[in-house]
Amino acid sequence: MIKVMEYSLLATFFFYLLSTVAFVMAVTGKGSRAGKEVHTRLWGRRGIALAIGGVALHVLFIVSRVLVGGHFTSNLFEFTAFLCFAIVSSFIILYLIYRTITLGAFVMPLGVIMLAYASVFPRDVEPLIPALQSYWLHIHVTTVALGEGALAVGFVAGLIYLIRWVGENPHSATATWLEVILAIILMVVGFVLSSFIFGAMDYQAAFQHNFEGRMVVQEYRMPAFVGPHEGVTLQADSFLGWKEPLMEAPSWMKGEEAAKKLNSVIWSVLSGLLLYGLLRGILRKRVYEILHPLVKSLHLETVDEISYRAIAIGYPIFTLGGLIFAMIWAHEAWGRFWGWDPKETWALITWLFYSAYLHLRLSRGWHGLKSSWMAVGGFVVILINLIAINLVIAGLHSYA
Amino acid sequence: MENTKCDCGHNNPVGTVLCEYCGKPLDESGRSDPPLEMRYEGRARRSQTRNTTLFDRVWNFFSSVKVAIWMILITLVISILGTLLPQEQSIPSNRPEIYYAQKYGVWGDLFYRFGLSNLYESPVYIALLAAIGISLVVCSLDRVVPLYHALKNQKVTKSPVFITRQRVTRTEPVSVGEKEALLDRLAENLSAKQYRIRREGDSILAEKGRFSRWGPYINHIGLILFLFGVLMRHLIPGWYLDESVFVREGETEKLPGLNYYVKNEKASMELYDPGEMPPSSENRQPVVKKYETRAVLYEKDRETGTLKEVTRGSIRVNHPLEHEDLQLFQADFNTETRAILLNVKDKKKDRVVDTIRVDLFDPKPEYKLNGGVKVNILNYFPDFVMEGNRPATKSENPNRPAFIFSVDAPGLKQPEKSWLISGANLDDINRENRYEMELKKLETVNVSGLMVRIDKSLPVIFLGGIISMIGLVMGFFWHHRRVWVRWKEGNLYIGAHTNKNWFGLRRELEQAAEKAELPLSFSLEKR
Repeated sequence: MIKVMEYSLLATFFFYLLSTVAFVMAVTGKGSRAGKEVHTRLWGRRGIALAIGGVALHVLFIVSRVLVGGHFTSNLFEFTAFLCFAIVSSFIILYLIYRTITLGAFVMPLGVIMLAYASVFPRDVEPLIPALQSYWLHIHVTTVALGEGALAVGFVAGLIYLIRWVGENPHSATATWLEVILAIILMVVGFVLSSFIFGAMDYQAAFQHNFEGRMVVQEYRMPAFVGPHEGVTLQADSFLGWKEPLMEAPSWMKGEEAAKKLNSVIWSVLSGLLLYGLLRGILRKRVYEILHPLVKSLHLETVDEISYRAIAIGYPIFTLGGLIFAMIWAHEAWGRFWGWDPKETWALITWLFYSAYLHLRLSRGWHGLKSSWMAVGGFVVILINLIAINLVIAGLHSYA
Repeated sequence: MENTKCDCGHNNPVGTVLCEYCGKPLDESGRSDPPLEMRYEGRARRSQTRNTTLFDRVWNFFSSVKVAIWMILITLVISILGTLLPQEQSIPSNRPEIYYAQKYGVWGDLFYRFGLSNLYESPVYIALLAAIGISLVVCSLDRVVPLYHALKNQKVTKSPVFITRQRVTRTEPVSVGEKEALLDRLAENLSAKQYRIRREGDSILAEKGRFSRWGPYINHIGLILFLFGVLMRHLIPGWYLDESVFVREGETEKLPGLNYYVKNEKASMELYDPGEMPPSSENRQPVVKKYETRAVLYEKDRETGTLKEVTRGSIRVNHPLEHEDLQLFQADFNTETRAILLNVKDKKKDRVVDTIRVDLFDPKPEYKLNGGVKVNILNYFPDFVMEGNRPATKSENPNRPAFIFSVDAPGLKQPEKSWLISGANLDDINRENRYEMELKKLETVNVSGLMVRIDKSLPVIFLGGIISMIGLVMGFFWHHRRVWVRWKEGNLYIGAHTNKNWFGLRRELEQAAEKAELPLSFSLEKR
């Protein structure tokens, strides 16, 4: 069963990857022999078939994980993998409604990145601490993830709208900001890629330093640009002859894992900029100009509607999972339904943000461009809650 | 705004955008390009018609969605600020005025000074939530009433201007001879798509999913109920209790503020076996599997003062003990030293004379031992600390017990003083003594921390949540669609409106039109 679990996850990853390739082929290829129309339809069908196959394998992975460990949403690996499942599932539902192949060329890479990001976290099946031993664990976490999955598709459609719009208005402020957003996305990709690569290499380094009067050890999984303030290298693998930290973290960065987190941020920024530089250097175009040909045949109104539709599906599900189920469970486990834990507060912030989005759209006529920016912003809020709150601010939800 | 009489002869109230009768836009000075603004059916709202009294002005302020959005955004930004550092309730100190400055420096100090450390219970935050609540009521009433009237009193025959300025619209020349049969076929095919059809002369109004328009308002009712439930806990005495109690194994404690007592029969903690842990975690901390308190709940009889058992059961995390509205939650677990066992050793003969057991919560003043040896406790400091050069105690909890004993035995000229401080080596001080107090064993006891809760507004709060969810599902998973068809002077006008999912509406129209032998394309080009 453990073998089934491992292989199904691996196969899911490749199915999503191949689906990405198929969708990109569909929107870029010229189909010289059969003609553009036939080519797009053919590769689009392959893409969606691979995505559905991937989701089926993903279900197999989840089932085998439950059979092995009894649960599947208790730590960051399991949650992120499930979020990936939710994103791809939401995409398939929206695809069945709108048949937009281009959407696949953007959502499926997000699915691949999510799954790669999931595998950065420890993958062991861990026993549940008492607070998590409740059937609400699955009910609450899966509905949150399904809601966030649909909202993520709303973000992707918003992004497509912006790329499409900017292609026709290249000298606007929106163009500049979009380029910034794309660069930041590349940093996330860079972070995932570098963590993934060093994880595969099993890179390890450990530094000892003084933390609030006791000696603690920080274990790095990536080569150190920065080491802890006044830290001592206990052990460090060599990466192309590079072992020691290039510099020390500033003394005011006091947290127990602060230097390690700073190091991760530096890796993301540098690898993101490297990717950005490579793209621009090789293709001699801005990133949105590279992406624009993929989306130029789309009708703006349709993209706007897909984004809104995805958010209209995701918002009620998120409300149910992230607020209502969350409150019921919090009441059972902690005796209060709301405790202003950072994760809870950020769920409320996410909800308020999308509430503002909906009111602006429905009552103030924010369609198209403004609405798309809001869809992008909403996903940023979700990512802050998913990554920053778990890794930076500790709270009751920091289980991983 | 003055001229509210439509060309069709209908008199509209001030503030009306689209004629209530025929739908023709009234204020043509503005944009003349399509599509029409269809919000609230173009009806006049209370907030647009009255602005004289103070009540009107307050009403108008809260009825603005713009104001509501600002309030939402302000709440959002302030909430973010509150998560930058931990809130007071989760810091390991009960002196926040010192803690924040010490731990986080200047920023921590500012965080505390601006009241961000206790943000979510602050008057400003509560006022914001209350303002959002008022806005929910006023915005909804201001809009739902005119919307309800407009949808209830819809006219079938609409002005061609209204129809052609919808977002989805087509105009086709159709001769007088063909029109009757075509209108019949259109009505039939729209009906096949679950539209309710109304006919009136040469006009059709097809409508479906109107109930989804009430979704947002039902959602708002749910939210108001929710906020109201939260408010009631603080306003009605006895509706809300949030206390905690620590009970040692075997002991019975009074529940704060209540006439109930709880006995801790057994408190236990269970760890996962190494076999249940993943192989890679060998050298990690063991993981707790279960915290459990076996508890008995008593009620005190007011006259006789005796305790009467009302319920018993086990309290685990996620499984509280409940009795009527009262709930007891497992919140904390620790082990504390209850008693110490001391060997009294005669150093001269090098043998243990006897063992005494000192209860740290209730030490006896004198212990009589074998061989006529007597031990007196001269001084006891449960939580020992040196204040200057005098010994003192920080609290009544035996966190660091210290004793000054006096030992008397036959053969001693005078009683010896013997010091015992936990965690300290005092051999130097006690060197001259013949009798030595030697720690044999610590007796520990498990203590359960229980949360004591009463929250009578929970049903209201959760009912609010459920209603809110119903409203959201109604509003977002169904759509209100309307199609207007009118034949006038050789032309067939078709116009359609929906509150969302235009794509579906276009597709539906296209299919219905095709079946009615009127092939029209309503779709946008797409891929």
